[in-house]
Formats: sequence, structure tokens, C-alpha cells
Amino acid sequence: LVQRDYRFERVWFWGCIQGVRGAYYIAEGLGPDRAAPRSRLYSLNCLDWSLLTPATEEMLALAEQVKGRFQGDPSFEYSLAEINTEAAARLVQSGKEPVIKEEARLVATIEHIDRAVGIVPRGAFMKTPLGSVHENRHFEGLSLVEAKKLSSYFHFTEPANLKNKTLWEKADLDPSTDFLDSLEHDIPQGSWSIQLEKGGTVVVLRSLLWLGLTFYHVPMTKQFGYVYFGTGEKNLDLPFML
Amino acid sequence: HGPYQPHEPGYGLDQPGYSPYEDEIPDPQARMLAIKNAKACLLKTSTKSGLNLYDHLANILTKILDEQPTNTVDIIENISKDVKWAQFRKKLDTLRDEHLIPPTFEAAEKYKALFIKEGGEEEHEELDEEMPSLPNVMETAFYFEQAGIGLSKDESYYILLALKNLINVQPIQTCRFWGKILGLEMNYIIAEVELREGEEEEEETGEEGEETVAEEQKEMGEGEEEEEQKEKEPEPPKSTYKPPPEIPKEANGTGTNKYVYFVCNEPGKPWVKLPPVTPAQIVCARQIKKFFTGRLDAPVVSFPPFPGNEANYLRAQIARISAGTHVSPTGFYQFPEDEEEEEGADTYEENPEFEPLPVAEMVESLATWTHHVKGILKQGRCVWINPQKSEENDEDDEEEEEEEEEQQQEERGQPLLTLISEDEGMKDIPAWTAQASTNLIPEYSVAILQSNRWPGAYAFASGRKFENIYFGWGHKYNPEGHTPALPPPAEAEFPSEPGITEAVDPTVEEEIAFKAAQEEALAEAEEEEEEEGDDD
Repeated sequence: LVQRDYRFERVWFWGCIQGVRGAYYIAEGLGPDRAAPRSRLYSLNCLDWSLLTPATEEMLALAEQVKGRFQGDPSFEYSLAEINTEAAARLVQSGKEPVIKEEARLVATIEHIDRAVGIVPRGAFMKTPLGSVHENRHFEGLSLVEAKKLSSYFHFTEPANLKNKTLWEKADLDPSTDFLDSLEHDIPQGSWSIQLEKGGTVVVLRSLLWLGLTFYHVPMTKQFGYVYFGTGEKNLDLPFML
Repeated sequence: HGPYQPHEPGYGLDQPGYSPYEDEIPDPQARMLAIKNAKACLLKTSTKSGLNLYDHLANILTKILDEQPTNTVDIIENISKDVKWAQFRKKLDTLRDEHLIPPTFEAAEKYKALFIKEGGEEEHEELDEEMPSLPNVMETAFYFEQAGIGLSKDESYYILLALKNLINVQPIQTCRFWGKILGLEMNYIIAEVELREGEEEEEETGEEGEETVAEEQKEMGEGEEEEEQKEKEPEPPKSTYKPPPEIPKEANGTGTNKYVYFVCNEPGKPWVKLPPVTPAQIVCARQIKKFFTGRLDAPVVSFPPFPGNEANYLRAQIARISAGTHVSPTGFYQFPEDEEEEEGADTYEENPEFEPLPVAEMVESLATWTHHVKGILKQGRCVWINPQKSEENDEDDEEEEEEEEEQQQEERGQPLLTLISEDEGMKDIPAWTAQASTNLIPEYSVAILQSNRWPGAYAFASGRKFENIYFGWGHKYNPEGHTPALPPPAEAEFPSEPGITEAVDPTVEEEIAFKAAQEEALAEAEEEEEEEGDDD
């Protein structure tokens, strides 16, 4: 239904962020270009979906300051005065109230999660010479050996580190498939847990930075995907926990 | 322009003299020759892979015409690669004798072992009275599935079978699936069991007793040696550091060690028993936050240093989670009637007169749930113990005096069956979140309780049935983030005594003045003597 209403080509279930009083169910939809900013919808009961505004940089910066669980009520307002007096002062000057709504925080958190840990297997997406990204219809899945290596998975965001690689590494890359950042160089080292389940038929990657992000892939098939079930908080204690 | 672009690789037609430009070759004979030459070029076999371009192109075109994919021109390179790959595989057929056994099969064999009953003994199933109760994992899984929590049906079934194996192997009275803790390399599946009486291990306590006795003897021996040496040479001062008295762990069957826990990485792998937990481990586990790797013998590197390896850390976390989050509907358990003091009560029994509350009430107020496991005190035990009692060998009187000054306050934890509504929240977040599993079908909905203090702990209740379970990483929720303990201030090495403390050496003037003063004193003394001598 959502697909019809919003004219998406593909819609999928992104995950669920659990608040104290209720949970948000998030869905994502895409148009033909896979790398375009995605439109996100949220719902409290999986029936009524509301569109979320795309995240702005300001929202992202503010949301990082807010800590603690989500409340479960989209109109709940966090008072910014306690958290960051600077930002609050700025807002007051511009005439708005120094609060940040939970909806905005939701948007920003989803954007953070997608940017930080939204991953896809290597070869699943291709970049055409024109620059648009679309699915590789010939993607047959990773082999078992490849599936165990962190380097076979990429972040699905603008690559930040690609240009820093040495020329020697770049020679091995295939520009149509390797245009994204690989997981190998994630800081801190070891922030992904990779496991084979069911005797090797499914490979599961769990992010330790955003606890609750789980990525699955069935090797040698086209199936993969990731989903987030959690509280929507970044795990800042990661360096202590490894 | 011609049909063949000279810059594209693979087409060996950029050699002059062979370009089949039809408009330049009027002679049909020559054209046929040119065509043959072109074909011969295409048929040139590559030295690397033994293919030739002509066959390859023919295969590609055949494949395209067969499959007719959309947007062929965009994916032509991939098609080319696929065709080459297919060719490649056929070539190596002769070498492919060894069939790669993917790990899938090994795992499948293990699961198969789970399914096989032990032959012979269980031909007819006897219902002994002593038969331990196998937890109905599938039923529990169903209820939790209503809430959206849980493992897949396959995995639950495997766990059920693995638990059955465990029961057959170990002498177990009751058994329960406690939950699953995720780890970096592998996960842990945990079963909580109560061993039959008399099966507790007495070897461990014996070993510990021997160790402490040996240490004390050693200390006394060293003390004697040092006293002898003191008379001979000045000794470096003895360290005044005394480690805090070791708090003994609780006996098996009570308090934190009430249940014994078995873990395995995957159903089908052998179950490993976790050692009983000591208070020192719990106290330390409260201060650190580390991921589990999945291997029980992994060391836990942290500050303050954790006394033990991952198995101990796992056991300590399990104890904390159980103490913090195991709840049951109020009234389900009650104290036996002949208990006088509620504080000392350690046992509880089912209340035969328990009337289950409707689900709506269970969800609305948290007072309908109670903890049925004792909370852990700061000391690391459930029952407070005075550490001074445990030291039976007091060597010097000084030690006694020091300890009396530092008397520890007796710690009182919450009594056993406390309502969870008295659990403190963190900041604005209540300690528990209660929901009904579905609002649409109130007759069959189940009351679900999620813990906010230990994310991953869930409990459900529906009528008389209830259950607790844990799925998660095994850490407590800390809204502020984890701050590791600071190292304690360095101990003062030596007490400041005049013999040890540095003093400024006297300067030359001071020395001369001192010498002069001494000589004067001597001269005076001599004069006095001379005078006395003169007097005589």
C-alpha cells in the first residue's frame, strides 16, 4: 500500500527503534536511483505510515547531543537547554524554541545508522559510467570464502576513504563495483562481528557500534539485507568493550 | 568508419593490410580472402586461456539470443565474463575430484546427532518420578514470538533437543532455557539447571582450603626469616599493604550460586558447565564492560583486572542479569508458612492459591510482577557476610586494631519477593516497560515485560504461564556511557623516616663553621684542663 501511495519502486522494512513507551517501525522506499536520498516512513503500529522529512546537517548535529532512550511519542520534545547551551542559544536567537522534537531525532538517528553501518555485499551494486547506481542483475552472491571476509562488504554511502588507498590497491579494484568504502578499515578495528549460522548457509554481520544492526546474506544467492532492532543509541563504549 | 574500431582490445585487426573495408576492395576474390583472413585472426587462440575470440563471440551471441536480457548493451561485459567463466570451469573438470565439503555438512551432522535417540535405553519411555522436567522450549518460543522476540523455530527446536541431551548426561533436577548471549565470534546458549542434591562438587572447596592454608604458612615462615634478618642488617621497610580480606563465595545452592549454568556455542556442541561465581568476580564485573568473544577460555583484559577468564565473566554477568530481571507474577511464589524472618528467607514455593490476573492488569501496573531472585549486594553476594569473621588467624595485634576502625556497614538488600514497581529507574526512564502483545485480539494477548536496565531481558505472562528469557549482548544499560575505573593512587613506598628521607648535605661553609666550633670547644676543654692542672 505504501508503495502505491508514494510511488516507490521498492519498499522494504528498515527496522524498529524501541522507545520506552512504544516502538517505531521504519520503512524505506526508493525511486529508480538506488543511491538517491531515501525517503523514510515511520509508523507506530505498522498501519498508518507518515513520511519523515529528510535529515539536515543541523538536525544531525543536534541529535548527536541528545542521549538516552527514545520515548515512543513522536511529539515529545527534548529540552536542549540542559544538553547544549550553545545550540539552544542559537535557536532562541533565530526565534525558535530550544527544543528538539523526537521526530527530528528519529530522522537524524536513522540517517546516522544508515550512513555508518548500512552495508551491502561487494558486487551487488554497480555504477554506470553516467554515475547512477543500480543493482547488478548478475550478482550471484558471494562465495563462502569471500563471505567471511570483511573486505567483501561495503558501506552504502559516499565513499570517504576510497581515494586514500595506495595505487597498488587501486589497481585491483574494478571501478564499476568497487566504488564504495569497504568495511575493513572501520574504526575501531573489530567493530563488526561476523558469524556463520545454520552451518554456513547464512552469514550474519552484527555491528557493534550501533547495537542491533544485523546484516544477513545467503552466500551464492542474491539474498541480502539488513535490519535494525534496537534502542537507537550509538554504542559509545565500544573502545572499552573490545 | 569501419565496423571494427581499432582501439578496442581483443580485435587483432589493427594490423595494417587486413582491414576488411569493403569499399576499398573492389575485387570479390580479394574480399573473400580478406574475410578469411579476418576470420583467421578471430580464430587466433589466446596463449593464456586456450580460448579464441571467434568462439567466444559466438557463445556470447548465442547466449544473448537465448536469454534475451533487457538492456543487453549495458551488461555485455558481464555476459562476456560469465561465458568465459563457464568455459573455464569445464576445463578444470578433471581436476575437480575433491568435492569441497562446506561447513554446512559438518553442522548438519551435529544436528543429526541431536535427533538420534540413544539406542536401546529408550525403547520404552518410562515416566520415572525422578525424571527431570524438560522445559517446553517450543511453547515458550511461541509465546515470545507473540511479542516479537525470540529465535527462529528451527533454532528453538535444536535447543530443545540439546537440552534433552544435557538432561540425559548430567544428573539434573530442573532445567530451563535461560537465553542466548551474543558474542563476537560465536554466541552462547545458556541453560539454567538445578542439580540433584548431593551432586555438588566438593573438590573445589577442598582445593581452595588447601591453598589458603599454604599461603598462611608461607607468610608465617617469611615473617620469621625477616625478624632474624632485622637484627643483622637494616631492612627495607616492609610493605604495609594488606589486600582486603577475601570474601568467600556463596555455597552452591544458595544465593548467587543457586543454579548451575551450562553453556554451549551452538546446539549440538557439547555443554560446558560454568564454575560457580565469587563475589570478587561480581564486583569486578560491575566495573567493566567487555564484549564476549565466544570462547570460554579467552582472557578478559580490563582494568580493574578481572579475576578469571571469559567463563567466569560470563557466569558473573548471568548472575547479575538473573538477579536483576527474573520476575514472576505477584503471588505466584510465596514464602513457606513456617518462615519467621522474611529477610533471611531464601526459598520460595509456588502458591497453590494463585489466581492469575487478566493480561490488561498485568500490563497496566508494574505492581503485579515481583522479583523471585535475590538481589546482589554491593559486596557481591546475596547474603551479607562480615569479612572479619572469615579471618581466623590474626597474627599481630596491630592488624586487629586497624580492622576494627574500618568496620564495614552491614549491607541490607531488598527482601526476596519485592514488587518490581520499586525498581529504580534511570533518569527519566522507568526500569521496566510493559506491553500487551497485541491490541487487536485481547483474548489471546500476552503481557510482555521488557527490562530497560538490562536491554534484552524479557518476561511474559499469560494466565498461569510465565517465563523469563534473555537475548542480547550481556551488558547493563548505562545512560551516561561507561567510564572505566581510575587506577588507585600509587602507594607510598617508604614511610618517611629520618634515616631514609633525603636531606640537603651541609655546604662547605657550614662544615667549616661546624669544625671551627668543634675546635673551639676542644680548645676550651683543654684550657679548662690546663687550668685544673695548674690549680693542682
